[in-house]
Amino acid sequence: MKTVTFKGGIHPSYNKEFTASKPIRPAALPQTAVIPLQQHVGAPCKPLVKAGDEVKVGQKIGEAGGFVSVPVHASVSGKVVAVEPRLHPGGQQVMSLVIESDGQDTVDENVQPRGDIDKLSAKEIIDIIKEAGIAGLGGAAFPTHVKLSPPPDKKVELVIINGAECEPYLTCDHRLMLEQTDDVIYGTRAIMKALGVSKGIIAIENNKPDAIAAMLKATSAYANIEVMALKTKYPQGAEKQLIKAITGKEVPSGGLPADVGTVVDNVGTAATIARAIKTGMPLIERAVTVTGRGIKEPANLMVRIGTPFSQLIDECGGFADKPGKVIMGGPMMGIAQYSLDVPVIKGTSGILVLTEGEAQAPQVQVCIRCARCVEACPADLLPLYISRYALAGMYDKAEQYNAMDCIECGCCSFECPAKRPLVESIRLAKRAIAANRRKAG
Amino acid sequence: MENEQLVVSSSPHVRSESSVSGIMLDVVIALVPAVIAAAIFFGMRALFVIGISIATAVLTEALIQYLMKKPVTINDWSAVVTGLLLAFNLPPTAPWWLAVIGSAFAIAIVKQLFGGLSYNFLNPALAARAFLLASWPVRMTAWAQPGVDAVTTATPLAQPGVDAVTTATPLAILKGTESAGQLPSLMDMFIGNIGGTIGETSALALLIGAAYLLYKRVINWRIPFVYIATVGVLTWILGPDGAFTGQPLYHILCGGLILGAFFMATDYVTSPVTPLGQIIMGLGCGIITVVIRLYGGYPEGVSYSILFMNVAAPLIERYTVPKKFGEVKGRA
Repeated sequence: MKTVTFKGGIHPSYNKEFTASKPIRPAALPQTAVIPLQQHVGAPCKPLVKAGDEVKVGQKIGEAGGFVSVPVHASVSGKVVAVEPRLHPGGQQVMSLVIESDGQDTVDENVQPRGDIDKLSAKEIIDIIKEAGIAGLGGAAFPTHVKLSPPPDKKVELVIINGAECEPYLTCDHRLMLEQTDDVIYGTRAIMKALGVSKGIIAIENNKPDAIAAMLKATSAYANIEVMALKTKYPQGAEKQLIKAITGKEVPSGGLPADVGTVVDNVGTAATIARAIKTGMPLIERAVTVTGRGIKEPANLMVRIGTPFSQLIDECGGFADKPGKVIMGGPMMGIAQYSLDVPVIKGTSGILVLTEGEAQAPQVQVCIRCARCVEACPADLLPLYISRYALAGMYDKAEQYNAMDCIECGCCSFECPAKRPLVESIRLAKRAIAANRRKAG
Repeated sequence: MENEQLVVSSSPHVRSESSVSGIMLDVVIALVPAVIAAAIFFGMRALFVIGISIATAVLTEALIQYLMKKPVTINDWSAVVTGLLLAFNLPPTAPWWLAVIGSAFAIAIVKQLFGGLSYNFLNPALAARAFLLASWPVRMTAWAQPGVDAVTTATPLAQPGVDAVTTATPLAILKGTESAGQLPSLMDMFIGNIGGTIGETSALALLIGAAYLLYKRVINWRIPFVYIATVGVLTWILGPDGAFTGQPLYHILCGGLILGAFFMATDYVTSPVTPLGQIIMGLGCGIITVVIRLYGGYPEGVSYSILFMNVAAPLIERYTVPKKFGEVKGRA
């Protein structure tokens, strides 16, 4: 099978063997679920319940706070005990609904099958997706219905279902493609119908030959859905790099995939859409890879949203040794946690535990201008210069060197032999530039 | 749970195994074949000069950093690389003090005075060589084969029988088949059985090292390949008997081209980081080398061409910023 790819990128140690062969098993129900009202990109939700209210599984408990926003649902049945700010894996305190589970797992009456995609209209499908609270499960958690509602002047012709899973360690998408193959395809068809698109491509890195084979077999019945193998290289699953690899087109700087006639959704998102249509169950659980050398029994778990990290770590046998770092997501773009008392949210693709040795910060040396960051940058930037200006506080110069086009994949920092904080400082510059633009705005 | 004392930092949370000292050590390893070749063809004298040069470079770096109250970074191997490359640019007959002065100049003046590793705008070894050549021209060109008094690091370009330091010298040798007989055989030039500086003569040994550096991704093809190709093509075109009568192989194998192209022009600090800039660097080095060799006052132009392009590198870089991903023509 021919494989496609993009320019730049890196080959980190993938470390997928910890969990690649472990089927997804359901995690225990949390005793207390913490549902933050902000789990997605966009406006936070408005709570629909108050302390003392009884809620059932799948019940909408937070209303979308705008168009770029999605509702949240109760992931367990029981009683709302508090509506208060709680620590979010993003690092801030976020207003959250705290539900004490009654252990009954009683499903809300409104959770009913929504019909068949062949009979549903595009608008009905988009409404189902929106009401089900679906946001991109690849990690960014961008509201899916927004992607499916491109401006009328943008003609979308291709749907790409992202099964690259290029982040090291993570295997939950891999397992989903093997175990929920039909749901992924059903969700793909729903997305295609919602956009009125006649071509879908399921794109998978070639380090997952079993997933490629399973998808090839299952898509044989659908002439308009193709399976494509991607070269295994990080960040192959980054939206713009994925589109470039598959279509050869570059999403314009500052633009959206729809600008080149494409919409990209993650395989987990597709499977969740399928469930929302088939059973009516909104996004209340997701697959999470709990892994790393710091965890005793790495596993893939199907986890209710709101389950605390600490519970999942206990379910995987606890820490193997004194933990060094606990990361939500993969090692390249994941967020380090300082507390395990944070809930799994819609964007939690993994919990990675690094050992103390792995977590040690390397000593930073001077830049020797080896240009490895330049070779690795998939956005064709000069990270050494953006970083130099960022660290000097010269954000206007950083902007001239296209800081805002950085996708924060971390390839530059990974490759740097002097262990310089390249993407870390570029990120800083991006925040400062964005703040300046708002001020000037 | 907060008492777990977890490390919190910005992503990425994993790093490659590469390191500055690892890269510098790779360069040293890549130069070892040429050191062995030097010992074979020039004897222990060459090893003595190399040893003196490296020791001086390392000691000078340590001393200056100590005096300036900066962290002493001699364990990053970069001073070793400079000392080694400087020795490679000295004639095997060089007296010990020439190596000491050159090495100390390279580290103290060219490198540390400008801020240390990665702040020097010239290649330290090459700048020191230019300094020595200007100060002690006779010592710097006292080749193992006496009788050659050309101001050159490239003896095959000014072989016995050609007695003058003129632009006509290399051209005279390379002019036609009858005088080509005075040149060493291509095989001798390839393995390094010819006169020249300590490290430049054995193309074979240098190419083994270059292959290692390419394989280890310490250097990429752009600067050295474009440089050598430019020299080859131009010397072929600008032949002594009209267009396309030159002897590109001799020009590629003689003098310091292989050493310069793979080990000096590729110096990270003094060459552009942009892909297009690296190609321009190679092209510029090639053109200047050929112009000096064929029409200039010196028989050899490798080191001056690289030094010249070192100075031009920041400018080249500014004009070769790559087109960013998704750049829209006419809008950005």
